[in-house]
Amino acid sequence: MIKKFDKKDEESGSGSNPFQHLEKSAVLQEARIFNETPINPRRCLHILTKIIYLLNQGEHFGTTEATEAFFAMTRLFQSNDQTLRRMCYLTIKEMANISEDVIIVTSSLTKDMTGKEDVYRGPAIRALCRITDTTMLQAIERYMKQAIVDKVPSVSSSALVSSLHMVKMSYDVVKRWVNEAQEAASSDNVMVQYHALGLLYHLRKNDRLAVTKMLNKFTKSGLKSPFAYCMLIRIASKLLDETEGGHDSPLFDFIESCLRNKNEMVVYEAASAIVHMPNCTARELAPAVSVLQLFCSSPKAALRYAAVRTLNKVAMKHPSAVTACNLDLENLITDSNRSIATLAITTLLKTGSESSVDRLMKQISSFVSEISDEFKVVVVQAISALCQKYPRKHSVMMNFLSNMLRDDGGFDYKRAIVDCIISIIEENPESKETGLAHLCEFIEDCEHTVLATKILHLLGKEGPRTPQPSKYIRFIFNRVVLESEAVRAAAVSALAKFGAQNDDLLPSVLVLMQRCMMDSDDEVRDRATFYMNVLQQKQKALNAAYIFNGLSVSIPGLEKSLHQYTLEPLEKPFDMKTVPLATTPISEQKTDIAPVATSKLPERLAPSRQDIYQEQLAAVPEFHGLGPLFKSSEPVQLTEAETEYVVRCIKHTFARHMVFQFDCTNTLNDQLLQKVLVQMEPSESYEVIHYIPAATLPYSQPGSSYTLVRLPDDDPTAVSCTFSCTMKYLVKDCDPNTGEPDDDGYDDEYVLEDLEVTVADHIQKVLKPNFAAAWEEVGDEFEKEETFALASVRTLDEAVGNIISFLGMQPCERSDKVPENKNSHVLFLAGVFRGGHDVLVRARLALADGVTMQVTVRSGEETVVDVILASVG
Amino acid sequence: MDSASLQPSLYTVKAVFILDNDGNRLLSKYYDPELYPSMKEQKNFERNVFNKTHKADNEIAFLEGLTIVYKGSIDLFFYVVGSAQENELMLMSVLNCLFDSLSHILRKNVERRCLLDNMDGVFLVVDEIIDGGVILESDPQQVLQKVNYRADENPLSEQSVAQVLQSAKEQIKWSILK
Repeated sequence: MIKKFDKKDEESGSGSNPFQHLEKSAVLQEARIFNETPINPRRCLHILTKIIYLLNQGEHFGTTEATEAFFAMTRLFQSNDQTLRRMCYLTIKEMANISEDVIIVTSSLTKDMTGKEDVYRGPAIRALCRITDTTMLQAIERYMKQAIVDKVPSVSSSALVSSLHMVKMSYDVVKRWVNEAQEAASSDNVMVQYHALGLLYHLRKNDRLAVTKMLNKFTKSGLKSPFAYCMLIRIASKLLDETEGGHDSPLFDFIESCLRNKNEMVVYEAASAIVHMPNCTARELAPAVSVLQLFCSSPKAALRYAAVRTLNKVAMKHPSAVTACNLDLENLITDSNRSIATLAITTLLKTGSESSVDRLMKQISSFVSEISDEFKVVVVQAISALCQKYPRKHSVMMNFLSNMLRDDGGFDYKRAIVDCIISIIEENPESKETGLAHLCEFIEDCEHTVLATKILHLLGKEGPRTPQPSKYIRFIFNRVVLESEAVRAAAVSALAKFGAQNDDLLPSVLVLMQRCMMDSDDEVRDRATFYMNVLQQKQKALNAAYIFNGLSVSIPGLEKSLHQYTLEPLEKPFDMKTVPLATTPISEQKTDIAPVATSKLPERLAPSRQDIYQEQLAAVPEFHGLGPLFKSSEPVQLTEAETEYVVRCIKHTFARHMVFQFDCTNTLNDQLLQKVLVQMEPSESYEVIHYIPAATLPYSQPGSSYTLVRLPDDDPTAVSCTFSCTMKYLVKDCDPNTGEPDDDGYDDEYVLEDLEVTVADHIQKVLKPNFAAAWEEVGDEFEKEETFALASVRTLDEAVGNIISFLGMQPCERSDKVPENKNSHVLFLAGVFRGGHDVLVRARLALADGVTMQVTVRSGEETVVDVILASVG
Repeated sequence: MDSASLQPSLYTVKAVFILDNDGNRLLSKYYDPELYPSMKEQKNFERNVFNKTHKADNEIAFLEGLTIVYKGSIDLFFYVVGSAQENELMLMSVLNCLFDSLSHILRKNVERRCLLDNMDGVFLVVDEIIDGGVILESDPQQVLQKVNYRADENPLSEQSVAQVLQSAKEQIKWSILK
């Protein structure tokens, strides 16, 4: 009671609110006057308003009380007060989900929607459709069709929008109203036009041909509504995207013509559509950029924001296209709307020259604390891009980033900064020490476990190789003392790496390890004990295998193999080589993250592509006994894109066999293919053992046929081979509409392009984080070296790219990036050869007239070394 | 990822809300059932938006992955929320229509007390502008015509007259019974 009074006193200070102290029970009590005759519209109206207000505040109504109030409300249909009736419609919509038996008002609403009062008709339709289900919809179908083409715009709009809501629930019924919607689309009223277009598109969006026709019609006839234009632009750009049509198509012309529309909304929509198109040329962008430039000086903040946000997006891919707007953007960096200012500065950072960087950074640091986390992330991304462009500026950036790191901020923001610092460290060796120092300072007081472990891992990797590794030990050991289990475990791993790399630190690290073995957590203790024992052996090979370069197998694969082993334990110990290797994630393209919309991507953790193939192949009985899947290649297209049959091949490599998986798609809707197989003629001594045909191949449903090939045993160096492929099948003609095939068919064949197997198919990429250690570990027992001249290659970059794609091995130590203005480079490659033999390649490249390459190969197996050298030569 | 979310659709508005100058909700509608499904999340979102916007009248903001256009008037704040890829000007046209229509039915007294006194009209105006996230009307004149709502001249005094009469009646009744 006292509490309530306090609340009342407190709130009466902020001005009185007639709804402030509403009690649900009291309002429901009051609702009894709905039953009085004659109806008092004024009081009833007030009570309905209170009910809706309570619902809007999130007050919970029980089913019984809601139903009771709802039934009382239905009596109010007897009154002819306009506002009261409209409030009844609202109540019906609000209560549709909480009250029972709402369909009781169907007849009253149907009466209103077909009645004489135009004011009631639209809202009545919308309320009715809210409480209608599919079966009842058919009962009112006739009225809906009439309403869609009604000459009163509000009635027509209401019917169209309600139909749109119902598409999700009763697509089949609404589909029948296409003709009416078509008629409504030619209405004079702008909103009716827009709603009709929206409904038509939703009904037809899966039928590309119909959408194209519709677009043609409307782009020619011209519409009045700016909203409808925006919708048309979106449909057109989606269609362009799907058909990959060139930018000379009439759709692109239409979008470009909208840049000259007199409504700003349409102009902006068109500019934004052009900017978002993939592979737009600078010339195509230019008109869009120039309208956006005009918008930059608009008095409307929303328009300036929209313009600068879109320009920012352009600047990510085509910074030169935006340079013309630099002056306008300069004017925006002092905009009172900080979002606009931030976007303007980050855009300028991308387009401006190196000399303006310092000034812009100074400007932005003056208000960085005022902007929201979303935009701080944008700033960090801009800095990250800038560091790649102007590596010499890294000290300014690093200072700025470390200041930002000290400020408050959420996880996403901090993660963006840490990622940015890490990428700077990787790009610029000279910034490594300052960067690591900032990160060390950050983990001293970091609440995010993920970031702390990430940084500790980085310290373990980079720290030991700095001139003064000992100074990092203190930061790392502090984590062991102060943090949670996950961080402590990561810190122990990092410590071990220092011990393994630096002999003079080893005694101290061992002492610290001893301390960690007393930890209260299992994981930390286990790691400490393990590392302690490895380190005490003082053997380089052990260090390399167990401390620097961890397991390279796929974790789900390991789990499965171990599970299998425990089910059927064998005499011999578990062999790690039978576990499929982890496919190194193809180094993620730095996605040009839009300045916005970063937060909502769901985290995906799907099993790797190879694990999926493994599962699929295991389902085919003929492939049992091949052993674990070693490698699956990227799909190779064996036909042109637009042919009758589309075939692509995936090469699966096993220890002694290869399986070719042909994914075939039949694009003819009047044919059914059966017993589809791909016949292969090898050029070398490869032996085709088995064909597994795809039983049937109906129109546009992909099917797979497999061919099993044994690799030549007697000549292990025969790693490359060319196959000529022919697809053979039985054709049955069928009715394109029903898909019913004829009874008899005829045999036919189709010649595919040749398929090549190269050395890359026999090697799986493996990342060795510490290449030097791995190099020592393998040893020089089977080392071979040869020198080649690559006459046709002009640059080191090109040479590096060719070698990597030819051998299919993983570049280590970021050696795939050739520093600028150098004429020699060393490339480190690591991989595992079929059968589980580690292979390491060191290629020294020198640029003279052509590129001279000295290749050194090491492996645990002599034949493997020979194979690689033979294939390079 | 941008092009994927730019699906052509009429569902433009994700949410609309009106807050007072303490950030309390006076009216709010969420049209996307996946966006903040619970009341707690909605109120958190509104609180967050209010904290970031009430100090400076900046017209547009970007929070929690959503574009928000807004406008303040005396002790009220009007917000229209759309997805990150939405055409900001479309959202602005909704906001302007909402504000102009309300300004008209409140006779230019766009302030908290007056708004609360005409809450029924406010509900109706919002209902006429947006239906389930689709922009139903963006011309304030059309909205006013459809709502056809007249603010009470003096709702307070009339009500109090009725109350006075009522209490007088009661008193007379009691005195007679005595």
